[in-house]
Amino acid sequence: MLSFLKEHKFKFIGYGLLLIIGIIFPIVSPNRYYLTVATLGFIYAIAVYGLNLIVGYLGQLSLAQAGFFGLGAYTSGLLMLKLDLNFWLALPLAAIITTILAVLVGLISFRTKGHYFVILTLCIGVIINLVIEKWDSLTGGVRGLIGIPLPNPIGPLEFKTLESQYYLVFVFLLITIYVMNRISSSLLGRTFRSIRNSEDLASTLGINVMYNKLLGFAIAAFFTGIAGALYASYIRFLGPEISTHHLTFEFLLFLLIGGQATVAGPLVGTLIASVITESLQFAQEYRMVIFGLMLILIVRFFPGGAVGEARKLKVKVTDFYNRRKAGNYPSGPGAGSSKGKLGVPSKGESHVTKN
Amino acid sequence: MLVLEDVNVYYGAIHALKGISLTVNEGEIVTLIGSNGAGKSTSLKTISGLLRPKQGEVKLNGEVLNTVPPQKIVERGIAQIPEGRRVFSQMTVMENLELGAFLRKDKDEVKKDLEYVFDLFPRLQERRSQLAGTLSGGEQQMLAMGRALMTKPKLLLLDEPSMGLAPILVKQIFSIIETINSGGTTILLVEQNAHVALSIAHRAYVLETGRIVLSGDAKELSESPEVRKAYLGG
Repeated sequence: MLSFLKEHKFKFIGYGLLLIIGIIFPIVSPNRYYLTVATLGFIYAIAVYGLNLIVGYLGQLSLAQAGFFGLGAYTSGLLMLKLDLNFWLALPLAAIITTILAVLVGLISFRTKGHYFVILTLCIGVIINLVIEKWDSLTGGVRGLIGIPLPNPIGPLEFKTLESQYYLVFVFLLITIYVMNRISSSLLGRTFRSIRNSEDLASTLGINVMYNKLLGFAIAAFFTGIAGALYASYIRFLGPEISTHHLTFEFLLFLLIGGQATVAGPLVGTLIASVITESLQFAQEYRMVIFGLMLILIVRFFPGGAVGEARKLKVKVTDFYNRRKAGNYPSGPGAGSSKGKLGVPSKGESHVTKN
Repeated sequence: MLVLEDVNVYYGAIHALKGISLTVNEGEIVTLIGSNGAGKSTSLKTISGLLRPKQGEVKLNGEVLNTVPPQKIVERGIAQIPEGRRVFSQMTVMENLELGAFLRKDKDEVKKDLEYVFDLFPRLQERRSQLAGTLSGGEQQMLAMGRALMTKPKLLLLDEPSMGLAPILVKQIFSIIETINSGGTTILLVEQNAHVALSIAHRAYVLETGRIVLSGDAKELSESPEVRKAYLGG
């Protein structure tokens, strides 16, 4: 019971900090540039939360993420531009259409496993990108969509200033984190993690593996679609490059930096990566070399990411104190809970079979 | 309760089970013994729906299970403890047990069963918040059995519970299997360790390269010269 309370205490402190820092940031921010970086970071973080559900919890390395992000962005942008739809109608429609497509994609791609799944989803991402790029009459092709309207005002609330747009995105981020936290601590989250651990074992407990994979994929696509729609109305210009695999790998990098299968990981990772990206502007194209090196180091030495490794440290520290207090004490939960790299089950990790 | 009729299973071109027929009656411990590659695990996987027979039928209380999906078979009351990696190593002991009750809606009964599991395996209670992957081999086996009991099975399928365990632990595990059986759970036990398996089972089937070559009362089988020679070391 005590450990239960303690865990929640940390959670409450985390939420409080997020809320306070998030609210006062535009007021204390020294210039508008930082505000732009933060807003864009939050939008990406929502998409990374989606990815975290598939890669972190379900253990399925899907590389179609930027495809879904682009799909959400273009759907919302087109609905607003061509059909003059209200932003508050276009956004949920974009999320729903992205979800429906994701379910169709999932029905096909979840028939494969491991590396085949990775390659198949990579291909699907590329196909979405190509459709956006080549369907000139609808999407404007390489010229892109120009002049997407701002989010419509809600009563007296208008979204014309950078600050108001920042708060709008921040609210969506909070909703996303809340939902992800609920999933993570529920039976559904545990079900997802059990599938990541061993599909065979999960199905011997009566878990419908295919259904749960599809469900996770759908929820992830829903939030990714929302992120895309927010992006469309924030940047107000869309080009096909927002759906390329480059962005997918950036999302993946954010997730790995922050820590997969954790609730705080996607936000922490996205913010850390955004700060690094901005401070590496001088290196221009070469910064991807630095990112590449970082990725190798993280996967090799810190598979838990920032949040995962911090959690391990916390367990070690409390363990140390407990041992001092009362001799030997079993180590607490969470130690190294995100060891599997990149969600692809390694050879030793898959359920051993014989005969 | 459980009946297999002339079951044939293939792995691609390999004919793994060549017409197996067996019966498990309610309240029994039935064991399936045989050497490596005889088809023991294949038989269990066919019963739990992870593999499908090409010919023949798997029936539970008269209902054919051939096309019933694995999760529905669990709902019908068959729980399997697969061999090898038996637990969700990246989850805690408690989370493993809770997943066992995945399909159950009777929350109060689940709590009672959790207490029953902790009674059977006090070790698990001590280590409830520990990651399952950090448990010893014996403790992992206990956890796998505990988790299977949380599904409240009518029929429990055990795949090589003795594998990789020290002799003293094997003894413990098997006496717990007897306890579970006396609580009303029917057990189908697959074992390479024929000696212990025959000592607790009521009836036994001997598998050789995908065929049942001998069957009968466990005690009689353990005294039969063929079994003694092939599986009990003389």
